[in-house]
Amino acid sequence: MFLTATIVQTAVETGLIYSLVALSLFLSFTILDVCDLSTDGCYTLGCAVGVMVALTGHPILALPASMAAGVLSGFITGILQTTFKVPSILAGIIVNTGLYTINLMVMGFKSNVALFGTDTVFSLFRGLSESAFWQEWSTLILLIILVTAATLILHWFLGTRVGLSIRATGDSPAMVRASSISPGFMIVLGLCISNAFTGLAGSLIGQYNKMSDINLGTGMVTIALASLIIGTTFSGHSIHMLWKIISVVIGSILYRFIISIALRLNVPTEAFKLVSAVIVAVAIMAPQIKSMVAVRSGRRAEIRQRQNDIAAARSAVKTENTSGRSSESSDKADSSPQKPYDSLNNDANDQMKKGNRENTPKGGKN
Amino acid sequence: MLNIVSISKVFNKGTVNEKKALSGLSLRLDDGDFATIVGSNGAGKSTLFNAIAGSFYVDSGYIELDGNDITYEKEHRRSRYIGRLFQDPLQGSAPHMTIEENLAIAYLRASRDKKPLSRITAAEREKFREQLSLLGMGLEDRMKNPVGLLSGGQRQALTLLMATMVTPRILLLDEHTAALDPATAAKVLDLTKAIVAERHITCLMVTHNMSQALEMGNRTLMMDGGRIVFDVKGEERSKMSVNDLLKKFEQNTGGALDNDRILLSTEEGV
Repeated sequence: MFLTATIVQTAVETGLIYSLVALSLFLSFTILDVCDLSTDGCYTLGCAVGVMVALTGHPILALPASMAAGVLSGFITGILQTTFKVPSILAGIIVNTGLYTINLMVMGFKSNVALFGTDTVFSLFRGLSESAFWQEWSTLILLIILVTAATLILHWFLGTRVGLSIRATGDSPAMVRASSISPGFMIVLGLCISNAFTGLAGSLIGQYNKMSDINLGTGMVTIALASLIIGTTFSGHSIHMLWKIISVVIGSILYRFIISIALRLNVPTEAFKLVSAVIVAVAIMAPQIKSMVAVRSGRRAEIRQRQNDIAAARSAVKTENTSGRSSESSDKADSSPQKPYDSLNNDANDQMKKGNRENTPKGGKN
Repeated sequence: MLNIVSISKVFNKGTVNEKKALSGLSLRLDDGDFATIVGSNGAGKSTLFNAIAGSFYVDSGYIELDGNDITYEKEHRRSRYIGRLFQDPLQGSAPHMTIEENLAIAYLRASRDKKPLSRITAAEREKFREQLSLLGMGLEDRMKNPVGLLSGGQRQALTLLMATMVTPRILLLDEHTAALDPATAAKVLDLTKAIVAERHITCLMVTHNMSQALEMGNRTLMMDGGRIVFDVKGEERSKMSVNDLLKKFEQNTGGALDNDRILLSTEEGV
């Protein structure tokens, strides 16, 4: 089999963990319309805090601890861009840079910390039952429970008065200011919540991989954005918030699947960043390509018919003209206007469209 | 009662682009006053509205509303009791949110004490439906539709409803019908008249239509160079014709109108 059960299982598991980062970007990028580039650092922060707390023997406490660390990071990004009017991209980059040192500090100035020999949330959950089935699938089940809970909480939150205010802040700033909502407060609050999700994802990946690495988060923003965009191709123009959120999770899992396939095709690890970049670019281009193809293919028959009609009308006019002229000039007239049509009929569709537009008035004049 | 005492605002101070937008403007609006404002481009009409709404703080002078000094109150705090409509119908509502959600946000002004984590209740939904049906546009049956699907006129009517849902102490209308087609503009204007009269709302309205400026409300103000140059109400106003107003304009500003739209709208005589 091309994709073994283990590969699929791992793809879904990591996809679920990464989906929390995608949900974080869904909140900041899609809902709040803020470009939060501190995700890379915040993800590593979540991982570092999670692993350090788990090392002390409190793997469950590690999850809220990482989320709190994420909230702090989001708070600083938010304050920078609202109170101090730092452009949002710059605010994210500043926080991201600062977090690199903070993350090293959290890990005791080591570039990586391993989590062997201590319990993780996954090992604790696996210990609940001895059955073979449970031993194999408990991690996946735990992740499904956590991500479902996160999805439902986010959906519920976006329907409350604060949630609506956050959505309006990203959708129509003028309306928010006219409705007694402080846009600055909503941006800070939204970034806090968004980064709590990133922190949680970091904490989970730390306990999942049983290690924390300072470079873990590099490129996380791109991955999460790709998942988000793959997800939006699913939800399309749906206005149902729950479906939008679920499609972000689906997008994230799909992204991991694509990566697994690349791995399975023995793509060398050195080429992996390029593969990721291509996947992201294709994912982002996909909706555009889809719509371009849809417009063309939907009207292909119609356009061809129209071309034929014009050609027929042209040749009719031409016969009229030649019959009125002397026999010498008719030979020249015969050959020259024929050419554009020959090339047109053989050309690709886009050429046809262009030719169509250009030739219609000409045909009328003749 | 709105009391504005000699407010000034200079933009880009100390640069070549320095622009005196408001220079010692004073205005007193009594409760229930409905004043229309006319003036050429750059006269400071929108700047005055921004100053009242709190988009910026004025350089000097102060603004009082019902005896409270609001000169340095933040914009989002003022918007609890100041309703505002923009010229662009797309500005006043959130396109990707449903009609119901937009109304819920407008209703937040009244529900300060409500829990921030509560959702839209059935009673509120019923209230929204009732208010929407007053618009007579059939929007009450489309409450789950995103606002982006509505036409400009429908969106402006919705924004009017949102701005007046919680009766504001003052309503600012910045040419709110200028971007609509004549029939829709008339409808939105009728709605404005009805709502303002029914709730006895103090109102300021910018218009470029001279006859409208005399027809609507009970007072007409003329602005030029960041000041109010002409203020007419009562009997004097009711006797005034559009031509009288145009003459006044030339007298007060020392020049003819520089605005095609005003001239066109007076020729129509609508």
